[in-house]
Amino acid sequence: MDLDTLLFGLYIFMLAAFLGYQVISKVPQLLHTPLMAFTNAISGISLVASLVIAGADWGLVTNLLGAIAVTAATINVVGGFLITDRMLKMFKKKKDATP
Amino acid sequence: MNGLLSLVQTYAADASHGWDARTLIYRLALLAASFLFLLGLRGLSNPETARRGMTQAAVGMLLGVLGTLVQRDIVHYHWIIGGLVLGTIIGAPMGLWIPMTKMPERIALSHAFGGLAVALVGVAEYLHRGAQLSSFSIGAVTFEVLMGSITFTGSLMAFGKLQGFLPGKPTTFPGQNALNFIFLSGCLAGLVGLIVKPELAPLFYGLVAAGTLLGILLVLPIGGADMPVVICLLNSYAGLAAAASGFALDNNVLIICGALDGGSGFILAMIMSKAMNRSFSNVLFGAFGSDATALAAGPDKGGNVREGTIEDAAELLKIASSVIIVPGYGMAVGQAQHATRDLANALAANGTRVKYAIHPVAGRMPGHMNVLLAEANVSYDQLFELEAINDEFPQTDVSIVVGANDVVNPAAKTAPGSPIFGMPILNVDQSKAVIVLKRSMGKGFAGIENELFVLPQTMMVFGDAKVTLGRITQTMKGGGH
Repeated sequence: MDLDTLLFGLYIFMLAAFLGYQVISKVPQLLHTPLMAFTNAISGISLVASLVIAGADWGLVTNLLGAIAVTAATINVVGGFLITDRMLKMFKKKKDATP
Repeated sequence: MNGLLSLVQTYAADASHGWDARTLIYRLALLAASFLFLLGLRGLSNPETARRGMTQAAVGMLLGVLGTLVQRDIVHYHWIIGGLVLGTIIGAPMGLWIPMTKMPERIALSHAFGGLAVALVGVAEYLHRGAQLSSFSIGAVTFEVLMGSITFTGSLMAFGKLQGFLPGKPTTFPGQNALNFIFLSGCLAGLVGLIVKPELAPLFYGLVAAGTLLGILLVLPIGGADMPVVICLLNSYAGLAAAASGFALDNNVLIICGALDGGSGFILAMIMSKAMNRSFSNVLFGAFGSDATALAAGPDKGGNVREGTIEDAAELLKIASSVIIVPGYGMAVGQAQHATRDLANALAANGTRVKYAIHPVAGRMPGHMNVLLAEANVSYDQLFELEAINDEFPQTDVSIVVGANDVVNPAAKTAPGSPIFGMPILNVDQSKAVIVLKRSMGKGFAGIENELFVLPQTMMVFGDAKVTLGRITQTMKGGGH
């Protein structure tokens, strides 16, 4: 990585952080637990890094570390999306909430 | 469209810029994933669109994973398949069957997995490239591994405390803050050292160990009531670690997701601290609720607690025209959300106006009470945030406190010596009558006395919240005694 790449990365980080701040501030307190489960699920995108390490030809140790990382990230992706969906399904307004 | 396709093909076939078709697919898949994640997050701003947003993000995740799998570097698929299958076998039951009352534990655990994954990626990166890493890259990798390992053990500690494996009270010892400070500065010095001399492998692995230890040390002095802030901060750390891995691997989707995750955790942590009128440093290093601060609590005013029976409570509620229900962590522990809903329905059937008042730090994580009440099928337009409902207490006939304590403690307004002084509370003490459901006359998690319990208009009903609520509901309906 050279200075150009670092700066480019910082631009991306800055813009994403700013955009994230704006979008996340609009999430109501009502949905804060699903928000945590959701961001947790999407942070499982670190899976894309683990996949490369688990599948690359760099040696047994890195493959093994990669495989553990893939497992941990997959737990978050699968579990995170399922539980977010389960929670969001429960939020109902009066008209569709059964008494 | 054909023109565009042929343009892409020509571009991809031209190897002079070092790109082939697979790399192009991979890059485009990650771009699409980033877009879908942002779109999904925006959907969460409204309960009506939230599920659609989640689906969009899930599609983004699928695209990202599939795009990565076609990449050229990947040659051994058995490790990948093994990890994906094992992760699904563990993750799916966690997603499908964990009860809503255990949500803080599950979130803490998932931060641990996130931290672990990122830390391992960093270690593998160092093993593979080691001394050949540029100073920027080694800085990013080291930061990633440090944050990842802090998040891993810190979240496991938080999980242990929430689950009750570890004592929920803060664990403190003399010189604790000094020790943490030394550790933290040592880690930063090590980080700088590696940037200067990337080939110092013992230093790198020493930092992994230090990060692991630091995670334990940092969460050790945090008490149960402060868990919401800590869980949010760990969420933020996990995001920062992921963003650092994006810098190390030159992978933009990781930077974007890391920034979103880190930012979200940070915003929630700020909201939580504000709702407790405390600073981050006070939460992290203040050891709230330890013996030292409990002694500094407001003076014990004494006074007599008025204990009421089920019948007393039912009689009071029968004639009430407006009721506000204030749930707290006790409702989660007692799994009393369904019983609470039943009582609210009985009240509504009796012509009483019922609302719920949700304090931001009620429970053990942001939005904890909302999820539990949603699970019990309470319509979300009956749930009100602190600012929206606090002025209504004086006109309210009866407030029912279900397992909440510190968030309704008037000492926050009246006792400058109290550790919770200045914290915004729900003004339950201003309502015409208060019914407090409580297991016993113990102190709250902050370990301080609650004047609300000795006010003349307060009636305490002791016992298991679920059982008590059920019996009040029965009595109100004119059922058994």
